[in-house]
Amino acid sequence: MTWIWSNGDLIWDRTLDHLVLSVPPILLSFLLALPLGALANRYRASRGVILGSVGLLYAIPSLPLFIVLPVIVGTSARSPLNLIIALTLYGVALMVRVVADGLASVDRDVRQSAAGVGFSSWSEFWQVELPLAGPVLLAGLRVVAVSTVSLATVGAVIGVQSLGSLFTDGFQRGIQAEIIAGIVATVVLALVLDGVLVLLGRLLMPWTRKSSSRVLLPVVTPAAVTR
Amino acid sequence: MIEFRSVTKRFTQDAVAVNDFSLVLPSRKITVLVGSSGSGKTTLLRMINRMVDPTSGSIEIDGVDVATLEPVKLRRSIGYVMQNSGLLPHRKVVDNVATVPLLRGVPRKQARLDALELLDTVGLSRTLADRYPSQLSGGQQQRVGVARGLAVNPNILLMDEPFGAVDPIVRAELQQELLRLQQELDKTVVFVTHDIDEAFLLGDQVVILRTGGLVAQIGSPTEILANPVDEFVSSFVGADRGKRSLHLENHGGDDLVVDSEGRLAGVLSTGTKAGTRSGPGAAAQGGVRQ
Repeated sequence: MTWIWSNGDLIWDRTLDHLVLSVPPILLSFLLALPLGALANRYRASRGVILGSVGLLYAIPSLPLFIVLPVIVGTSARSPLNLIIALTLYGVALMVRVVADGLASVDRDVRQSAAGVGFSSWSEFWQVELPLAGPVLLAGLRVVAVSTVSLATVGAVIGVQSLGSLFTDGFQRGIQAEIIAGIVATVVLALVLDGVLVLLGRLLMPWTRKSSSRVLLPVVTPAAVTR
Repeated sequence: MIEFRSVTKRFTQDAVAVNDFSLVLPSRKITVLVGSSGSGKTTLLRMINRMVDPTSGSIEIDGVDVATLEPVKLRRSIGYVMQNSGLLPHRKVVDNVATVPLLRGVPRKQARLDALELLDTVGLSRTLADRYPSQLSGGQQQRVGVARGLAVNPNILLMDEPFGAVDPIVRAELQQELLRLQQELDKTVVFVTHDIDEAFLLGDQVVILRTGGLVAQIGSPTEILANPVDEFVSSFVGADRGKRSLHLENHGGDDLVVDSEGRLAGVLSTGTKAGTRSGPGAAAQGGVRQ
């Protein structure tokens, strides 16, 4: 325990590092998944191709990816950018299907009546389909956020500082408190980000609060998180 | 005036939804398209605002072929009300009513003010303005749907089974409300329903459709009820089952109106005069029937 008190600054610094590594992939994977998921939802042919290939992304093991990425992208082997790109890819792999499913879940009657009163397909997408898919998107994004925070710890193995560095360092030096601090801080960070997303969802989707009749559950299976 | 000129719609080679359909829908009148499912009535309605385009033939609004008009622009100029209200669940009532004006670029403040006035028009309290559709009753939602349809003050109002999903009492209320509105607003209304009683009550002109978008009979409710052209029409309006053939029976000093199946249709009130607007339609409605 004394280790934790005397190393508060270190834990805080690693937490900030971890945040900087996790937040961009969460946002980027959402932004990238949006057009891909929309395209997958639009046409039957594109659905199979996009969901199939995106699903394969998730099958790539992370360590080889860290080795290959610098070669492909041209970053240096120890650049945090590698980790951010890799985490974004995993996020996209989860999120594209969520976006496609979320858009598909929008009530057909509502879409038809939107078209009937004169929404163009562009304005219908942004003003009707996307907000109504919101609860499903949020559920997916929460899974991506939590899984990204937990995956970001592997950065330590390739020399990118994160909360994961506390485990590796703790193992090497036999400091149990450091390992525990790393784990707890990772979990807390995941919970904080999750809470921020939930709050954001309440702010952006006030209609879901007031109608208690609709309960929307996450569409991503918990198995995806344990990766 | 809306005119259908030999309109045919095939969804696939074999599935003919509408077959060589021609009809003039007079301005400022309510035309009701009535038929069971598969009669192409909704398809016909949707061809007016180009949600469906005909395979052949043309539809003209005041002499202009709708095929020459840009669909999105056309739809924003026509009121559209559908079953289950079709409201946007993520927008407050007031914003739902203001939907089309906002799409047409009316400033937000103005659109909301106009929307509040429209709530008055359709008989809804302004206190409902900030609720979400899911917080309203079915009848209230439907009224909001009508208000939205009226928001750009269109000449034409398309109504696709708008009262199909509400209970009979609320439906009767909404029907009367529509007749009242029509007296004030004088729109060209195209109304789709499968309920013949509703058709007779609301329609200045009633079009009975049979499967495949074929016209069985066109006429005023009086004409159709008095002279059904064939067995299909008689059976559709219920004349064959004696539902429309009423006689008087005296029970304990009261004159009761009874149909030939022995069902009570109502009480003969003293001073009832024929020839009011809803004459034969209302008589046929009876009140006890459902």
